[in-house]
Parts: sequence; C-alpha cells; structure tokens
Amino acid sequence: MPYLGSEDVVKELKKALCNPHIQADRLRYRNVIQRVIRMPGVQEYIQQPILNGLRDKASYVRRVAVLGCAKMHNLHGDSEVDGALVNELYSLLRDQDPIVVVNCLRSLEEILKQEGGIVINKPIAHHLLNRMSKLDQWGQAEVLNFLLRYQPRSEEELFDILNLLDSFLKSGSPGVVMGATKLFLILAKKFPHVQTDVLVRVKGPLLAACSSESRELCFVALCHVRQILHSLPGHFSSHYKKFFCSYSEPHYIKLQKVEVLCELVNDENVQQVLEELRGYCTDVSADFAQAAIFAIGGIARTYTDQCVQILTELLGLQQEHITTVVVQTFRDLVWLCPQCTEAVCQALPGCEENIQDSEGKQALIWLLGVHGERIPNAPYVLEDFVENVKSETFPAVKMELLTALLRLFLSRPAECQDMLGRLLYYCIEEEKDMAVRDRGLFYYRLLLVGIDEVKRILCSPKSDPTLGLLEDPAERPVNSWASDFNTLVPVYGKSRWATISKCQGAERCGPELPKTSSFAASGPLIPEENKERVEELPDSGALMLVPNLQLTADYFEKTWLSLKVAHQQVLPWQGEFHPDTLQMALQVVNIQTIAMSRAGARPWKAYLSAQDDTGCLFLTELLLKPENSEMQISVKQNETRTETLNSFISVLETVIGTIEEIKS
Amino acid sequence: MISQFFILSSKGDPLIYKDFRGDSGGRDVAELFYRKLTGLPGDESPVVMVTTGGRRHHEGRHFIHIRHSGLYLVVTTSENVSPFGLLELLSRLATLLGDYCGSLGEGTISRNVALVYELLDEVLDYGYVQTTSTEMLKNFIQTEAVVSKPFSLFDLSSVGLFGAETQQSKVAPSSAASRPVLSSRSDQSRKNEVFLDVVERLSVLIASNGSLLKVDVQGEIRLKSFLPSGSEMRIGLTEEFCVGKSELRGYGPGIRVDEVSFHSSVNLDEFESHRILRLQPPQGELTVMRYQLSDDLPSPLPFRLFPSVQWDRGSGRSTLEPKPESLNVRLHLPLPRGVVSLSQELSSPEQKAELAEGALCWDLPRVQGGSQLSGLFQMDVPRLPGPPSHGLSTSTPPLGLGPTSLSFELPRHTCSGLQVRFLRLSFRPCGNANPHKWVRHLSHSDAYVIRI
Repeated sequence: MPYLGSEDVVKELKKALCNPHIQADRLRYRNVIQRVIRMPGVQEYIQQPILNGLRDKASYVRRVAVLGCAKMHNLHGDSEVDGALVNELYSLLRDQDPIVVVNCLRSLEEILKQEGGIVINKPIAHHLLNRMSKLDQWGQAEVLNFLLRYQPRSEEELFDILNLLDSFLKSGSPGVVMGATKLFLILAKKFPHVQTDVLVRVKGPLLAACSSESRELCFVALCHVRQILHSLPGHFSSHYKKFFCSYSEPHYIKLQKVEVLCELVNDENVQQVLEELRGYCTDVSADFAQAAIFAIGGIARTYTDQCVQILTELLGLQQEHITTVVVQTFRDLVWLCPQCTEAVCQALPGCEENIQDSEGKQALIWLLGVHGERIPNAPYVLEDFVENVKSETFPAVKMELLTALLRLFLSRPAECQDMLGRLLYYCIEEEKDMAVRDRGLFYYRLLLVGIDEVKRILCSPKSDPTLGLLEDPAERPVNSWASDFNTLVPVYGKSRWATISKCQGAERCGPELPKTSSFAASGPLIPEENKERVEELPDSGALMLVPNLQLTADYFEKTWLSLKVAHQQVLPWQGEFHPDTLQMALQVVNIQTIAMSRAGARPWKAYLSAQDDTGCLFLTELLLKPENSEMQISVKQNETRTETLNSFISVLETVIGTIEEIKS
Repeated sequence: MISQFFILSSKGDPLIYKDFRGDSGGRDVAELFYRKLTGLPGDESPVVMVTTGGRRHHEGRHFIHIRHSGLYLVVTTSENVSPFGLLELLSRLATLLGDYCGSLGEGTISRNVALVYELLDEVLDYGYVQTTSTEMLKNFIQTEAVVSKPFSLFDLSSVGLFGAETQQSKVAPSSAASRPVLSSRSDQSRKNEVFLDVVERLSVLIASNGSLLKVDVQGEIRLKSFLPSGSEMRIGLTEEFCVGKSELRGYGPGIRVDEVSFHSSVNLDEFESHRILRLQPPQGELTVMRYQLSDDLPSPLPFRLFPSVQWDRGSGRSTLEPKPESLNVRLHLPLPRGVVSLSQELSSPEQKAELAEGALCWDLPRVQGGSQLSGLFQMDVPRLPGPPSHGLSTSTPPLGLGPTSLSFELPRHTCSGLQVRFLRLSFRPCGNANPHKWVRHLSHSDAYVIRI
C-alpha cells in the first residue's frame, strides 16, 4: 500500500492504533507500525503501542517496534531524547533475535544523532563481535560499520578483535569483506604491516569483483583498486592482465581499467601493458582511443623511450583524432622529460596535415616555437599557419602562434622575420579579437625595446623535470584513505567528493545563515550569561587582550616555529562546525584569526593570535579531528607566565564551549 | 540507509516507487534519475550519481543503480554508504523479485505490483534491510504471483538454460525454471524440482600471432530449488578439484582453480576430504559457489581462428576450428570505414554473414565439435589508401580491421573441467514422486577476442 498521508489514512491509522484487537494481533500490529513514517498528529497514539511492542514475545514485533522508536523520535522533531527509552534500547542489544539487535543499533544511532550517535563501549563491542556469526550478511556489514568507532584499550585486545574478525575477510559477500577490511585498516592504523597484510588478503575478493558479471560491482571494485594503488603502487602488478579491457565492456569501465593499468606498470609488465594500450589506441571509439594515448603519455614519464616510440608509430596512422592527442601528449612530455626532446622533434614533421582542432594546433605550435631550432622545417610549418591566419577560428591558436613565432624568430631570425612582420601587422590592424590584438601590440612594443629584452622575457626554461616529481603521486600512507574505504568517496574520486560535500555543507548551512548574521548585526554573539563570564575574566586573571592586534602571517609563522608549546588540551567537539561563527566569536574577545582551513576540511586547522596589555603574545593552534570528535588546542606564549596563560585558555575554552552550545 | 527505491523500465517509466523515510522529494526523483542517466557525458560513470542544483530537497542525493534484465533498480540515499553493500542488496532484490514473480522483466513486474510492494515492505523497513532470506519472507507474503502464460508447448522450441545470461540473450529461460518459487498453497501437485547449473564465463585475448595473452574463467554453481526448504542436499564435485596453485589431488593434472568462495549456507565439512558440499538451500535461486581461474587452462581453448588478410583485392579469409559442440556462435569483425560491398563464400548454407554497423557478423547457429569451418569475405574499400608500398608486407591488416570477437555457448562443457559428480537429496517426499534433478554444465563467452 503506497503511503499517502491523507486525512483518511491518518484517521484509519489512529483507529488501528487504538484498537485492542490490532494490538493483540501481532501481524496486524506490525503492519500498522511499519506504515508510521511521517504522519503528524499520531504521536500520542503511537507511543504506548511501541513501548508495548518492545517487550513483545514475538521477535518480528520487536523488530518493528525497535525501528518504530526511531520513527517516533524523528516524527517529534525537536523533542528531547527520552532517557528511559534509550536505556531500554541499549538493553535490547542483548536480545535473542539478531535482527532486533541490529535494528537497535540503527534506532539508537538515529535517536542519539545530536549527541554523535550510539556509543560503542567495550562490553557492547565484544557482545556484538560474539554475535556476528548469527547475523546475516546485511547485519554483519552494518555491525562492522558500527564497530569502527570502538577503540580497543590495549594492543592485546586489538589483536583479539582482529582474530575474531578474520573469518569475515573470507565471506562470500563483497559488502562484508570490504566492511571487515575497512575495520582492519582502521583498527590497525598503528601497524602498517597488518594493514598491508590485509590488503594482500583482500586482493582475491577485489579482483573477483573486478571481473564480476555485474558491471556496477566491477566499476566500484575498480575504483577501490585505484585507491589502494595510490598507496601501494606495486600491489596489483602481477595481476595486470585482469585489467585488460574487453570490447564488450561499457565505456566507463574501460576508462577505469586504463587508469589502473597506467598506475600498476612496473619493469616486468611494462612491455605487455604498453602492447595492450597500443591496441586500444586504434579503437573505434575516439574517446577511448584518446584516453589510451593519454595513458601511454602518463607511463612515458617513467618509461620514456618505449612510449615515445609507440606514440611516433601512431602518428604514422595519419588519423586526425589520434594525431592531435599524440601531439598534446608530446607537449606535456617534453616539458617533464627533456631527454625525449630529440625523438619528439624528429617525429613532428608532417603532423600538421592531420590536426584540425584547437587543442592539437596549440600543442603543435608551442612545440614548433620552443624547440624550433631542432626541427628543420619549423618555419615553413608556421608559415602555413600564418598564411591561413585569417580563416583561423580559435583565438587561442592565434595567441599561441604569435608567441611561438616570436620565439622561433629569436633562434632563426632570417627565416622568420618576414612572416613575423606579416603576422604582427595582421594582428594589430585586422584582428577583431581584443586579446589577440593586445598580445600583438605587446610583442610589437617589446621588439621596439630591443632584441635583448625580448630574449630576456621569452626565453624561459624549456622544461621542468621537477614538475613531474611533484605531480607524481608520492606514496600516501594507507591511513590517509582508510576511513574512505568502502564508502562513496573512492567511487566519485576525492576531488569530486570534496565539491559534493561542500555543496551539501552549504546546503545545510543555508537556512542557518540568517541566524549567524543576525548575531553579527545585534552584536552579542555570546549569550548574555556567558558574556558576563568572559568580561569578568580580565579582572580575575588580570588578562586584558589588546584589540586590533596586527600580526602578519610571516611573523606569526616565525614566532610559532621558534616557541615551544606551553599548553595543550583536548576539548570534545561533535557534529557540524562553522568556522565563520568561530572566527566572529573570537574577534569579540580580541583573538585574531591568522589563518584557517576552508570549511569542511578534515582535519580542520586554525591559527590564532592575541596579545595582552603587557605585550605578552599568545599563539594558538586549533586542530579539529571530526573522526575522533575532539578539538585539540595548542598554545604558545612568548613570555612564560602561567597565570595569564591560564586565563587566556579559559577565555578560549569559553568561546569554543559557547559556539558548541549555540550550534546544538 | 536507503531513502527511496524504485524500478524503472528501460524507457524510463517508473514501475515501482517506494519512499522509506519520507525525507525526500516526491516521485519526480525517478524522472530526475532517468534524465541524469541519459544526459550523462560519455566519460562519466552512471553507477553512482549525485544530484546537484535543481530543487532543494533533491540536493546531495546519491543514486545507485544496477541494470538487470532491461530494468533499472535504483536506490537513493543521502549518506555516505558502502557502495558494495548497496549493489549487493540491489542484485539480491533482483533475484528475489525473480524468484517470487517467476522471472524479472517489465511485464512480470507490472503484473505483480502488489506482490512487489509487499516484498519491499518486508525486506526494508525505514530504509534498513531486515531480511532477504526466502525462508523468513515466506511467512509474511500473502499475495500470489500472477504468472503470465500457462505452460504451452510453444515454449519448448526455445528451451534454454535458466539463468544463464548469454550475450545475445536469445536463450529464453525455460518455462520450467521460470515459475514463481512459492507455488500456491492449494496447488500441491507442483513438481519438486532442483536445477543445478555450472556456468562458466570465458574471457580470452589472443594475439595476432596466435599466442595467448589472457585467459580468465569466472565460474559459478547456481542452484534453483523448488523443494520445500529444510531438505538437505549434497553436491559432489570432481574429486581432482584443487584450489590454489600448490594443492595436489589425484594422479592426473587435476582441475585447478585460483580462488573459491562459497555461499554462507554451505557446510564444508566434507569438502576437504571428498569434495562434497552440503547445504540446506532455501527455496529460490542461490549461488552456491563461485570460482576464478586465470592463465593456465587445463583444456585447450574451445575455438581457434586462423585469419589471413590479403590486400591485392581486399579479401580476408578466416577459419574457425571449434573443439566441442557449440551453439549460437557469432563472429564479429569491425571493418575499416567506407566498406561498400561484401561477397562471401561460406562452408554451409545455414550460416549467414552480413554487414552491420561497420562490422561483419558471421552467424553460425550450430557448430559440430572438432569441425573446421572457413569463410572467405571480400570487401571493397574505395577510400582506403592502397597497401603501404614500402617496408610493410602486404599481409598487414588495414587500420580499423579487427580485432575479432566471438560469442558462443558451449553446452555440456566447462572450460575448467569441473563437473558435478552427483546431487543427492536427503528429502523424502511423502506421497509425491521423487524430486526431479536437473544438472547442467555450460560455458559461454564473455569476451573472446582474437587480434588480427
């Protein structure tokens, strides 16, 4: 029965909830409670039946009643958490029926959302671990997820837990295997060898999922493989054949596989992988072919000679869509690996006939300009472009042409002087695009100043191998992504996920914004009673912070590095966080923010500074770790004075405490 | 935590829509999903999508879907959930709906809307999975499945294997296996049947010089049981079956697989000693065992292709040599752009070759084992530059020709050599005849690619 929520349904539901027969008949009771989702005005009718249901003899009634508690809580909206109910649910965690246990966890999580969710302490964690084998796969996956918040006290306990979990790594259900893997990774965050060991063991299931019949599962598994490869580049190298594309696969899987191949290349398999990628370059789908060529370009940063040879051979096919991508790859490659310049310069002549699009033309012209002295016919190729400049549609190509020709003019003046004159004339007199005209005028004036000046400006370095090292994915520790494992983050990719969560964050902040701005307008951000406390403080601790302290970031950094931490403290922090609110609040008590991370970054950091009337400087670092739900405060002081330090910290604490109260 | 679940037909019509939490927009979410799916740029994956922009309450909603039998099964959620778990749930739901409605398809779903909603009510409560076991669900499901057609002799003409999804999906599921699992309570005369399939998917890549680049076999033992649940079953596998690289069994070369995983209900007490799987299957479909095998295959590959391409008049010859008997073989060969005509010489009249979408398709409905077939195709490619005169030999294929891919089915054959020795039931039916047991073996192609 689809749920409508109309008057009649409400009436019917109320009647049903009051009917003793229905309360007695378990199946019907169950059906009624199940339908309570978002019905205003039935709260008072629900409460008693649900509480009765929690103690029912039949397990299927308890299952529904337990989730009914969460529904009821969400229906009330802002209602207080009912302590008795929460206790009852906690005690139901010991229920005989496994589904009731899992539902209890879910229900408590929703009811206690404001307080940061259900707390998993040692007895609960061990109880759940012992019950794991009784649960079905969905329950197991869910419990594994809840266990992530438990932190074992001792190393011994940790390894006991890992031993208990071991069998779930072999489970037939990928959801359970990945859940267990994540738990292993998180629990063993201080034991890298255990983490590596787990990743080796999960290789089999992951590879099986990668070649699974379900395309969707295959895709998700590939995304996780890439994630693992970021930290352990050699992890899947011996299984490279599993990532060869087959022609019947959809496009998005092929692209993922090419990326994976690109990342797992090593000395042993490079020959086979390149061979395979070369096969893709002539694929009927132009997009896929281009992706494969870019992939070869990526591998070329390490295995330059082989790749350049393959790319050169591809030019021989004289296909437009291939040539343009190959030339672009060459451009990027020459910049990163100067040793291949010679080979690239030899391959270039003749390409110009097969390039029609803007990107490809720009790349070719750039190459001709920068390395023109090594390409015999470079001036003549550029001359063709100059001849046809009137019919050229892309302004970017014209700009590139201007720069390239001027560069080439510096190395081969005799061949270029005439056409440079023509091009400049055209650009200044006839060109309609302002940017191109300005560029032309700029170069013209530059030439008037003198050739040495032109050289000084245009002859920049022709390559920058260090850039490749920077771009190279430095080995990232497993811990940096362990908490993202088995979530949607690897599927979207980290950068896309960041924008998504930013959007969501903005969305959530949206309705609250007026609240903060009204605070700002009306002045007192801190509620009255707290404000009194803050203002009392200067008297009690004789601390007077100077308003409008001006400190540059450089000075701050220098001072920060030269000082020792005078005080460190951890405050609990839960839920949402709005840096702007915090900044405003700190300003009220004359603490200036020097720098802070953008909203939503994890971990979030901020650097604060303040100075009291005696000239004593307080430098503070706030470090918010949402995963541990705590805020770490480190304060440094340029003169060691304990009493002012203490009062400064209490000011800071008050502010942070207030912000948290406002938020909740 | 799931906010909504819906099923769309291949054209985007919503067939089933269920909102579990009431925290999201209305039914237009389904429409939004379909619009997003069809408007997606080529390089983005459709598996997981997020809504951005547009109306407020759709903001930050993730769509996760699978495609199954031409239907889209979609869930939406606003939390950062485990994608593995959700995809698994969706495919389990697909199997479950198939079990209850007979088979999964647009027609069966729309005929059984009430049943589907009833099932969803039991499987998910407030967006949380309760149970997906047929056993437990049976107690709560009252609605009978509406079966499309009564059994007719016509269906026999297209009898195939249940569940074996072949590439062409030409093989219709046999009517015997595609009836709802829960037979009506009144109708006791239903047969007790068990279907056991060993299905292997083969993906192979062969280089142009005939050397094997990649072999990958994904195998599954699938069971569909119509027996009353609780009856125990023992499945004996080939005794020489070894798992992993090191294990040795029997005297022969053995049947070796790299990795095995079992369904959680399988009892493995006798697996080590006698390769016997014991289980009490619930009614419905179940994957008992999955295994993978790569690189060294015990038996030779089922097909060999000897292509030869000659430039002078633009003709190509290819010879096929299948080992076991095979069905529905289709050879697909992409051709250079601008091919205008094709003339063919085939070895038997029931074969067919035609040009379709820039490729050559050579269909062979049935191929005898051990036979050799050849086809000679001549094409005119007017715009192609002639054979490169210098350096390269005339046998170099032109750009755009190949690689060849084969799709096929091999009944009664498994590439790994795994066989089911026996299937024994401890179940003693009262008053009814012995249960019928059907054991079948099948290999089919996932991607069988031969470079030219």
